[in-house]
Amino acid sequence: MDGNWALTRKRPRLEQRARIVQMIRAFFNAREYLEVETPQRLPGNAPEAHIDAMTSADWFLHTSPELCMKRLLAAGYEKLFQICHCWRDGERGKRHLPEFTMLEWYAIDCDYRRLMDECEILLRALAPQDNIVYQGETIDLSGPFERLTVAEAFDRYASLGLATALETNRFDELLTLEVEPLLGRDRPTFLIEYPSELAALARCHPERPQVAERFELYVAGIELANAFSELTDPTEQRRRFDADEAERRAAGKPPYPVPDKFLTELAAMPEAAGIALGLDRLVMLLTDATTIDEVVTFTPELL
Amino acid sequence: MLSTSDLRKGTKLMIDGEPHVIAQFDFSKPGKGQALYKCKLRNMITGALFDRTYRSGESFEPAALHESDMQYLYQDESGYVFMDQKTYEQTTLPEEALGDQKYFLVDNMEVKILMFGERGIGITLPNFVNLRVTQSEPWVKGDTAAGNNKPATVESGYTLQVPSFVEEGTLIQIDTRTGEYVTRVKE
Repeated sequence: MDGNWALTRKRPRLEQRARIVQMIRAFFNAREYLEVETPQRLPGNAPEAHIDAMTSADWFLHTSPELCMKRLLAAGYEKLFQICHCWRDGERGKRHLPEFTMLEWYAIDCDYRRLMDECEILLRALAPQDNIVYQGETIDLSGPFERLTVAEAFDRYASLGLATALETNRFDELLTLEVEPLLGRDRPTFLIEYPSELAALARCHPERPQVAERFELYVAGIELANAFSELTDPTEQRRRFDADEAERRAAGKPPYPVPDKFLTELAAMPEAAGIALGLDRLVMLLTDATTIDEVVTFTPELL
Repeated sequence: MLSTSDLRKGTKLMIDGEPHVIAQFDFSKPGKGQALYKCKLRNMITGALFDRTYRSGESFEPAALHESDMQYLYQDESGYVFMDQKTYEQTTLPEEALGDQKYFLVDNMEVKILMFGERGIGITLPNFVNLRVTQSEPWVKGDTAAGNNKPATVESGYTLQVPSFVEEGTLIQIDTRTGEYVTRVKE
């Protein structure tokens, strides 16, 4: 009966989780976002060097609903949101599950700055007070969240500057071990202006092409969301996919088919911004849970 | 060879020619970045603990260890002496390799000794052992509530929590994996 007892004990958090999901739906419905469901099984994902998809028969489980949601934008939809499961192979830790829940939303005529504003409003709408108490620390949500460029964050918190970290291929390591734990401790932090090498599917800044219009949101040292002013140039996007695909092959990873339909339709996509937010981690923060295991019904180990 | 995806708590690997076990393990990864595997490693010979972070793509040599069935003989100044039940060769484990497990050794007990080459570096005990209570406060009259605990010391010197009805001289069963009381043993 021990296993059942462990499940029973999760009930208060699962009830809070259900309320949070309902509030998220209400938030986006009130702001006239259309809730969509896109297929979770795809012929291929966006090639990303460090995100590994799981196969399903001869297709792949999606690692994010990004490509399909952007194809809807290209078809004329203006504001979309989706709450769905995503799969990423080999990701398991205190804050990682190989199957997790993502909240993604996209809006046309929007950029990453306006998305930051919307994130602030969303977090304030979901927290019962104007602060979150997480693991004994109080995080103030009442004022503007901190906006810190990646370069500033490395200067302030890392043992190497950003340029050196990139040259020595130590960016991820220093970000994870030295920078991230210190972000969003008193108030949430938007880590902004990623170097253009790490733009992924983000557009580069029009005046400063060395940085991308990408941000990540951190609360209490936890990475909560990743957002872009979306790149709408299919040629540039194809070049980045090819580079990532080459990096995947060099690392001995299975190849992904090039998402040709997405690249073709991207030409018709208007200026837009989009964001992916880890829903399980959001629930961790709002329910003061130390591990992701506490906010989901079953972990893979229990199946 | 092992890859980073094989790393977890309890994985045993060779580092600089000596076996190490992962005592603590944490996976972390920036959303679009490279995975990091933060490990607290214990040198299985010296017991030394240290931190090391690995990145995806690294590979590891598994620790070359084997287990032998042995019998516990006695303790002397060099440590705890065991005899291989097939070859009759003797192995001595230092006290620090046993930790609290030393309290659960009974003469002639059959155990599994983890061997690194010719050298014993660890022990697997039977899951349960019977030991006699040598010291415990007497039962307090009126204390009838179920689940009430009190400390008791057993013949090996180990102290644990037992139900209040357990008296001095009682033989009790202890789970060697948790060190906790299981039941009274009928004699």
